[in-house]
Amino acid sequence: MNSEITVNVCLGTGGIAAGSEMVMEEFRKEFETAGVKNAKFGDRCKIHKVGCRGFCARDVLVDVSVGDKTWTYQYIQPEMVKRIVKDHVLGRQPITEWLVGDDYHTFHDNQKKVILGDLGKIDPESIEEYVAVAGYTAARKALTQMTPAEIIETMKKSGLRGRGGAGFPTGLKWSFCAANESDDRYIICNADEGDPGAFMDRSVVEGNPHAVLEGMIIGAYAIGATHGYVYIRAEYPLAVNRLNMALEQAKEKGFLGKKLFGTSFDFDIKVKLGAGAFVCGEETALIASIEGERGMPRAKPPFPANKGLWGKPTIINNVETLANIPAIINRGAEWFASIGSEKSKGTKVIALTGKIRNTGLIEIPMGTPLKDIIFNIGGGIEGDKLFKAVQTGGPSGGCIPQQHIDLPVDYEGLKSVGSMMGSGGMVVLDETDCMVNISKFFLEFTQAESCGKCVPCRIGTKRLLEILTRITEGNGRKGDIELLQELAEDVRDSSLCGLGMSAPNPVLSTLKYFRHEYEAHINQKKCPAKVCNKLLTFFIREDMCVGCGMCAKACSVAAITGEKKKPHHIDSSLCIKCGSCFDACKFSAVLKE
Amino acid sequence: MIHLTIDDKSIEVPAGTTVLEAARQLDIDIPTLCYDSRLKPYGACRLCIVEIAGFPKPVTSCTTPAADNMVVRTNSALLHRLRKTTIELLLSDHPNDCMVCVRSGDCTLQELAYLYDVRENRFSGGMRDHNRPDANPFIQRDQNKCVMCGLCVRVCEEVQGVGAIGYSNRGFEAKVCPPFEKDLNCEFCGQCVSVCPTGALSGKMWAGQPRQEGVKLTDSTCTYCGCGCNITLHSHGDRLIRVSSKKTSHNRGWLCVKGRFGYDFVNRGDRLTTPLIRREKGGALEPASWDEAVQFVVTRMAGIKEKHGPDALAGLASARCTNEENYLFQKFFRSVIGTNNIDHCARY
Repeated sequence: MNSEITVNVCLGTGGIAAGSEMVMEEFRKEFETAGVKNAKFGDRCKIHKVGCRGFCARDVLVDVSVGDKTWTYQYIQPEMVKRIVKDHVLGRQPITEWLVGDDYHTFHDNQKKVILGDLGKIDPESIEEYVAVAGYTAARKALTQMTPAEIIETMKKSGLRGRGGAGFPTGLKWSFCAANESDDRYIICNADEGDPGAFMDRSVVEGNPHAVLEGMIIGAYAIGATHGYVYIRAEYPLAVNRLNMALEQAKEKGFLGKKLFGTSFDFDIKVKLGAGAFVCGEETALIASIEGERGMPRAKPPFPANKGLWGKPTIINNVETLANIPAIINRGAEWFASIGSEKSKGTKVIALTGKIRNTGLIEIPMGTPLKDIIFNIGGGIEGDKLFKAVQTGGPSGGCIPQQHIDLPVDYEGLKSVGSMMGSGGMVVLDETDCMVNISKFFLEFTQAESCGKCVPCRIGTKRLLEILTRITEGNGRKGDIELLQELAEDVRDSSLCGLGMSAPNPVLSTLKYFRHEYEAHINQKKCPAKVCNKLLTFFIREDMCVGCGMCAKACSVAAITGEKKKPHHIDSSLCIKCGSCFDACKFSAVLKE
Repeated sequence: MIHLTIDDKSIEVPAGTTVLEAARQLDIDIPTLCYDSRLKPYGACRLCIVEIAGFPKPVTSCTTPAADNMVVRTNSALLHRLRKTTIELLLSDHPNDCMVCVRSGDCTLQELAYLYDVRENRFSGGMRDHNRPDANPFIQRDQNKCVMCGLCVRVCEEVQGVGAIGYSNRGFEAKVCPPFEKDLNCEFCGQCVSVCPTGALSGKMWAGQPRQEGVKLTDSTCTYCGCGCNITLHSHGDRLIRVSSKKTSHNRGWLCVKGRFGYDFVNRGDRLTTPLIRREKGGALEPASWDEAVQFVVTRMAGIKEKHGPDALAGLASARCTNEENYLFQKFFRSVIGTNNIDHCARY
């Protein structure tokens, strides 16, 4: 990175999907061509692959640093590389129209990056680069200068809480585990990220895998574990590759294996791939899966900290939790505790998606108001539509309405309004989203991902979904709202694991804040947001229709008739309300009411 | 010892006892579907939930270890509501054909439906369709009646050590099945049948036989081997229609395929009821009295021993005899006949 000119190309999954591997190849080719003409060029210039920097919507993102100045380009495609090399790298003339705009800076400047700080800066495939940013110094310090008890005390003082969802204090959990008499203990990194739309753990493992390993080494030493596992989804091939690469490198350097950092402490890590079950993110199901059993949760107590993997005391920490640990050891518990709100310390990585201008991965101090996230970092609602709600915590979370827009985003804040932090998913909804449909969407996910072990979750979520489905299809009955409420509460209160306990949250929170939408669906057979097709009437505005016939072509039941170049007409007695005509019309002439 | 209070009654139990076990010692009835004292707790049916002071929400008593000074409540409006919802959910995905079900009158789910007065179902909806013919000779599988309590899977694994069945699919479509959903092909001990709380698993031989009315139960001992498992014979008139075993027996209710399903011969007309003797070489076997038969054996054995010496005789003992009988048999051969030619069918 000491080269005079450095080109950083985002090689996270988002970047690769947008074509960054080809962009990088193009840079390599262009540089070679240029290098032939100027023999010195190769020494002075470096192409550098980096992890995800969060703003995946703008990929491929490319940084060009000349001397100590950096320009960032967005939406870069392979064919644009030639000009960047010619004009900017060789000609020292940045291409202003391709540079990121102010919104890119608003997106980043309003964040506080502890976890994501090195993502987008260092090459995740190089341990040297991680070491260059003080990597593994925390592990060295912990193992050579601190006792396990001191580390646990530091974690307790820092106020770090589990980032996987439940928010249990990490130091306390470690102390429970360390207190057990046992000949063996385990530490597991839970990288089985499964919430739809969530990709924080994926990005961290892809962009800075060594931070996670370092956190595990420190945790293992603190609780006295000699073996560790990373349980990661097989659907994350890039993360798995980089993790394996990082493990190899760490072993070579002696950061893993026998007698770490010259101490008598031995520790090794194995990677275990998850086979795609959402429920395996639940810690007891995860343990069952590592043991080779079907991934089904077990009743707690006993808690894994007392009796976990192979019946031994086990600590399971989320990727993000572990990635925080090196920073806490290096910079101190007080520093960490100074970030965040009263009971939730540090930062939280959030996957910001939905009807918002700037989508991507962000990191904010705990307690940041919802409003700041949506309107500053997120840049407000797409298309200047009205904000309706924000769904947090993934499929197990809840919907937070406009009236709570000032809510601080931390464990307590989100819980107080019937939602949760979860792994940190945040889906912004606007006036065109139907809340009944949203809760149906999440129930579709949770009921399909239920393991089927306990009755309330297995059958209860199915019945909740059936009731929601009939409401959105116009078959809602009087009493359905009360039935939903009762069943949702019962599933919440009597399910075995976190999946069943939290699966009704989308229903309960929308019933609480958007009951009128349910009532409109059931009583007036209307969908106020005009989403549920079965409750709408489709018609064509004659003054807008140009008679192109696209709608008639799209209609599978021949309900649309009309002469060419003359306004068409929908026969509502034939219409099955599939919405194909609405999607097919390029002139916004098909309306639904 | 641990002191705790359950429904205002105090009790002292050894460490490791669960709340459910402690409650049962006090004769407090907590409903269960997936619990069996002989198997590891599972916590899936959610019926044994109780409220414990200081706990934020109800917990399953079958999995919660009793702790000192615990104050437990096994019945409340909330618990009743949650249990009733669970039962209603189960019945919403159950054929409810009790009239013609083999387990009617002996079904935990049916009993719970009655006790919790589930007449109408608020949750009726889609139902599983997992029934399929299974050509195995002994075990009738009616998967649509399965409540996924997991008892069959656990008994197969924990007690029998076979693991012939497991779970497949997720969520509502989850089910118990043999590998690759093939026909059941195991040792057919039928432990799974014996623990099934509903009509999902039953004996194929039980079909169409009387269930409760006129069925006489007689405690007996299995004669198939020396283990001497306690069995209960279910008979109707002069016919043996089922064999079961009580949990309280020395064999804890466990039987093998022979003890559980090998009773068909009892009802056969061609079953031997008297000894048969072939009186002449090449002649037919003819019925004889026990006295005659024993005398015949004594005469022949004495004759052979006298003529050819004791080693001309050999004894083959049977696994169906008890240890004591087998001991006597070899003693008879060694001491009375005077030969070591003694062996046992279990070796072959």
